[in-house]
Amino acid sequence: MSDVVMQIDGKEVKASGDMTVLQAARASGIHIPTLCHHEKLEAFGGCRMCMVEVETRGRKSYVVSCLYPVAKDLVVRTRSERVDKIRRTILEELLAHAPNSPELVELAREYRADPNRFDKDPSFCILCGLCVRYCDEVKGKNAVDFVNRGATREIAFVPEIAAKECWDCQECFALCPTSYAQAAYFLTEALAFPGRRKAAATA
Amino acid sequence: MTRLSSAAELEQLRAQILSSRDSAKPCIAVCAGAACHGLDSLQVANAFQAEVGKLGPAAPVEVRVTGCHGYCEKGPNVVINPQEICYLEVKPEDVPEIVERTLKGEVVERLVYAHPDTGEKAVHMKDVPFYKHQTRLLIGDNTRIDPMRIDDYLAVGGYAALAKALFEMTPDQIVDEVKKANLRGRGGGGFPAGQKWETAKSAAGDEKYVIVNGHEGEPGAFMDRALFTGNPHKVLEGLIIGAFAIGSHQGYIYTRHDSPQLVKHIEQALAQAREYGLLGENILGSGFDFDVELHFDVGIFVSGESSALMRSIEGLPPEPRPKYIRTSVAGIRDKPSNLNNVETWANVPQIIERGADWYASIGTAGSKGTKLVSLSGNVRDSGVVEVPMGTPLRTIVYDIGGGVAGGKAAKAVHFGGPMGGSIPASMIDAPLDFDELAKLGAPIGAGGLLVMDEDTDMVEVARYFLEWLTTESCGKCVPCREGMWQTMKVLENITKGKGRNGDIERLQDLNEVTGAACLCALGKTAADPLKSMLRYFKDEYETQIGRGSEVKGGEVVGSAAK
Repeated sequence: MSDVVMQIDGKEVKASGDMTVLQAARASGIHIPTLCHHEKLEAFGGCRMCMVEVETRGRKSYVVSCLYPVAKDLVVRTRSERVDKIRRTILEELLAHAPNSPELVELAREYRADPNRFDKDPSFCILCGLCVRYCDEVKGKNAVDFVNRGATREIAFVPEIAAKECWDCQECFALCPTSYAQAAYFLTEALAFPGRRKAAATA
Repeated sequence: MTRLSSAAELEQLRAQILSSRDSAKPCIAVCAGAACHGLDSLQVANAFQAEVGKLGPAAPVEVRVTGCHGYCEKGPNVVINPQEICYLEVKPEDVPEIVERTLKGEVVERLVYAHPDTGEKAVHMKDVPFYKHQTRLLIGDNTRIDPMRIDDYLAVGGYAALAKALFEMTPDQIVDEVKKANLRGRGGGGFPAGQKWETAKSAAGDEKYVIVNGHEGEPGAFMDRALFTGNPHKVLEGLIIGAFAIGSHQGYIYTRHDSPQLVKHIEQALAQAREYGLLGENILGSGFDFDVELHFDVGIFVSGESSALMRSIEGLPPEPRPKYIRTSVAGIRDKPSNLNNVETWANVPQIIERGADWYASIGTAGSKGTKLVSLSGNVRDSGVVEVPMGTPLRTIVYDIGGGVAGGKAAKAVHFGGPMGGSIPASMIDAPLDFDELAKLGAPIGAGGLLVMDEDTDMVEVARYFLEWLTTESCGKCVPCREGMWQTMKVLENITKGKGRNGDIERLQDLNEVTGAACLCALGKTAADPLKSMLRYFKDEYETQIGRGSEVKGGEVVGSAAK
């Protein structure tokens, strides 16, 4: 892919034509916040924190930078009143579920998000899907997946697979921004293979 | 059945079918559309079969079980063709009298339409107010077709447009004709179909797909089912023409798993079209190969969203694809995939047959042709309505629908279900037009028109829509999953008298972000009903919030403070 020259936050940026706006920004040291993005995983476009303002042929639109392809002469603004408002509202919506997640708390400070703005529902999981997608795309095990849909969506470990695969892996724990993946896993342990941890500790 | 291998053979067959039929012989068409079916119209149909059966094989009258006639409010509907005598609310015990009188060329007066106020009667469809103001180009054939018989479709001129497209036009000419007709997508977006076809046609690759979106998951929308169940070949013919124009050899029909009658009719239509050589290899001897596979949804609204639908066809969960490349360039298995709604495809044959100029003469500057509308809510006569674009909403609600039920005043008309918008009754003279209604905040959507009377609680309406949407969202992206849930919570509190100061701002912020940041069209348009309500009915919201604030001794805001 040939290189393109574009503009991010007023700065001229050179990017390879197959990059996304997020990759181009990061490659030139411009920070865009993300919650569901991971270099090893396919872009998901779920958290919408990486939304930026783009301008093509005089038309302004709001796109997620983790998926939006770079283009010649594209003008990108990573911060604007509207972009900040989107990020702030998303943070407020997520803080209703996981009020103490360090990543969220830090971003809330930056975007002046009010953790008490909306009805609380401490489910702790923000459904970024990092655990689900890592287990699928990197490990190929699918031990953890989404269940249900809409407002009732959650993650759950599949007991049969978890019993076989998770004991020696647990790599998804370190990806979880709220530590809920661990909680869900230990619940599965309690259901599917209780006592194994104690047995291992006393062996 | 014999396989047809040329346009001439198709015309021969058509002539044969027509000559075997006596066009003057009365044909009793019993509606078996969803609403009439629910009112036991099949018992009526059985009674007709039995009664006419008594007259022996040479009976001078015929019975035909058909798709939806349209006048759902007054089902079971029976129409006597060719005169189009219209009988309403027919019961099995009425059948002997209808047959007897029909044989004598008489009318059963007590079963025809009578105006509820004046008592004035109307015998023929063209005089019944519900039908009188309609232009039924798409749904009009429903009373003449048994959807299980392809011959009935051929008898009304079916597949002539396909023959014309295959033998008298080039693919480019077909695309040009559809572009010139300015056919806009009937599924909700109103995107120009010809432009979409051109994108798919010129996209790289040999493998391309054409798809019928027959999901129609929107509550309050039932016109696609009425059309598709009642006249499946019309949609199929449009699809085959589109496939030829785009250069696709594989089509998909994506529809509901929970409409057994629709499924049966589609399966039969596909099988009969194959037998006649209208599908499969070398269609009508033209050298063009094309076939269609039937796919079912998995019972979630978002599976009607284009990219989710395509994932579903691939066998994956119906989650929208986060892509900035059009599905007409990279859709099913990343191949160019042209998706149009049932009604859009059904418009194609007549555009090809009668020409773009004729088609473009109907409607407004930006919205051409007729539009099917599902008319329901607090309206006296609900049903499936077809009117030219540009028709004032007043005509639909009052002249066709008979006005608000129970003699109440209208408060609002709402288009597009949970992703549409409400406009106040004072704007009822607005025309049925994609752009005009979008400007007012009530985009046509797929065409579900809900009439709301003066007793309607607009906060409750928005809450109800959101409750429905939160369970139909896939839950993948935050502003849809969380934004709608929080919006619903705020509305729920208001309806319970627990409104708080700042609720309007909370709703506006949530709604703005949902509308701007969601991954797919479901989320983005989920913000529309509330947006329109805060635009036109903000006072009502403020009053209800004020009631909650009063209880808590808080500051009263808005009109409640006056």
